[in-house]
Amino acid sequence: MTLVEAVNAALARALADDSNVVLLGEDIGVNGGVFRATIGLQQRFGRERVVDTPLAEALIGGLCVGMAAQGLKPVGEIQFMGFLYPCIDQLVNHASRLRHRTQGRLSCPMVLRVPHGAGIRAPEHHSESTEAMLAHIPGLRVVMPSSPERAYGLLLAAIRDPDPVIFLEPTRIYRAVKGQVEDNGEALPLDVAFVLREGRDVTLISWGAMVRETMAAADQLAAEHLDAEVIDLATLKPYDAETILASVAKTGRCVIVHEAARTGGFGAEIAASIAERALLSLLAPPVRITGYDTVIPLPRLEQHYMPSVGRIVAAARKVCQFS
Amino acid sequence: MGLAKTKKQAAIPATTSETRVSGPSGDGFAQAPPDLPKEVELRVYRDMLMIRRFEERAGQMYGMGLIGGFCHLYIGQEAVVVGTQLALKPGDQVITGYRDHGHMLACGMDPKGVMAELTGRRSGYSKGKGGSMHMFSIEKNFYGGHGIVAAQVSLGTGIAFANRYRQNGNVCVTYFGDGAANQGQVYESFNMAELWKLPVVYVIENNRYAMGTAVTRASAQVDFSKRGLSFNIPGEQVDGMDVRAVKAAAERAVKWCRDGNGPIILEMLTYRYRGHSMSDPAKYRTREEVEKVRTERDPIEQVRARLLATGRASEDELKRTDAEVRKIINEAAEFAAHEPEPDPAELWTDVVR
Repeated sequence: MTLVEAVNAALARALADDSNVVLLGEDIGVNGGVFRATIGLQQRFGRERVVDTPLAEALIGGLCVGMAAQGLKPVGEIQFMGFLYPCIDQLVNHASRLRHRTQGRLSCPMVLRVPHGAGIRAPEHHSESTEAMLAHIPGLRVVMPSSPERAYGLLLAAIRDPDPVIFLEPTRIYRAVKGQVEDNGEALPLDVAFVLREGRDVTLISWGAMVRETMAAADQLAAEHLDAEVIDLATLKPYDAETILASVAKTGRCVIVHEAARTGGFGAEIAASIAERALLSLLAPPVRITGYDTVIPLPRLEQHYMPSVGRIVAAARKVCQFS
Repeated sequence: MGLAKTKKQAAIPATTSETRVSGPSGDGFAQAPPDLPKEVELRVYRDMLMIRRFEERAGQMYGMGLIGGFCHLYIGQEAVVVGTQLALKPGDQVITGYRDHGHMLACGMDPKGVMAELTGRRSGYSKGKGGSMHMFSIEKNFYGGHGIVAAQVSLGTGIAFANRYRQNGNVCVTYFGDGAANQGQVYESFNMAELWKLPVVYVIENNRYAMGTAVTRASAQVDFSKRGLSFNIPGEQVDGMDVRAVKAAAERAVKWCRDGNGPIILEMLTYRYRGHSMSDPAKYRTREEVEKVRTERDPIEQVRARLLATGRASEDELKRTDAEVRKIINEAAEFAAHEPEPDPAELWTDVVR
């Protein structure tokens, strides 16, 4: 199953299990979604439950909050991350605060699915990775799977969660990775990082599509007899600091990899936490390998923007040589 | 070449109570609103007076430094919420913007809880963490209290979507102002609501000023009842200073929704006597303009005059009502001034981690 098929399977499962689940978004019904994540769902569950909305992102956000306030479990889709911005008002000012404003009498059990990241040969606003902006907002959960299995399990968890979850789907690996997914309705835990590979020498931390390059880098490092531990953060907010700190306590060295721009990226948050809470374990300064502080370029320059396996390997090598 | 065009502002009807119907059903004037039964007229007098006295007291308490944050008073607009509420049945929802005290009282929320929220106390509706603009009551189906201009419109549309999805027969009354009516989300919501025939009454409270900007300076189309026309949403312009006209229009609108016809717009022509917020000296209009509305069109005075003229109530009876209302407001103010402040631990409650 590909990652996008796993998303589809989780949505179908959620629709079948709970009549409160309603999907809404642009072109998700008749057309099956711009990435075909919702293909076949309207035929199966009807137009009342898989709702084609007008091209109006602020409306999608607002509808989700209003529906959630009535106990429905709306799952909205935004077509590309750059189209999310008109909806930010609803996320920041309403979705994230409904629980707080009602002193827990209401929560906001909505999910907003947003394709994330570059690498699909599309310009800027189709390739954004502004997850740090979302993770900055108290009251929002931010989740990003890196494999079909985690896409399935984490999306089910997100839909069942009583609070708003922004579910970022890495477009670059929608179809590029395949994996065994059992459609058994079992959710994976939110707020938990996944250790994908254990190692002694250096901790590599990443999330979303970049996990693939990070794993490839770990393979190359192994050939150089450097034993890398790889952590998929999976939930960015609230993130699992304990798993990271335990790993860094063991290895003393870490490289954080994300394709988002560098300044104020989520890697900065992790590096700061490590500095605050694990300084004495460190054998080298934490290093970030990131995209650059520039506009996501058109396809011919994209490979220069995206962190490469080579950059990750070089960085890991350098932190391992630091003394 | 001068580009200036004079735009005529929809005036508050000067003497008679008229409701103009605009929309697919055609233009025209409906008849004057029907008189209210005696007990209803006495009730609306009391309910409007409660809001007026509450707001006056809130203004005083703000002046005394007891209220932090912002405070937007509803004085002058009382007939809109009181008349509209009479058309609703249990289960119908109400959502509005930041000028929300009147809506909460009209929904039946406790003046003590509202006032204590204004003063930021533990017993306020939001435990002293929400303030003037952010209160909810699930029991009274009041869904806020929202500070962002017009952002509640798509929320109200979402609530109406849930009503339709559940086929529960409920209608969501979504209030917003003439200022909010120029925000884009309103039209995204109109489109969706008509497309899906959602049971939502959009009540546009046209109090003639978007903060400090007169509608004629901010709006290309100052007849807000027509703002839904290109979506085929019918609208009515209603004398929002006459509680009878408001009630009659709201009943028509709610019935329209309940019958499955989709959304409808009620433009309430009203007026706010005070500034936009307590920190607004309202220098963008003349004292005479305010005085004229106060003396000629005041929603409470209209009812009071009718009650006396028809002999439905005596001066003494109305004085007793006034005293009752004052007592409730005094108690609310006393309560709000002396309840404990929230515990600092409340900073961490009801936020995900």
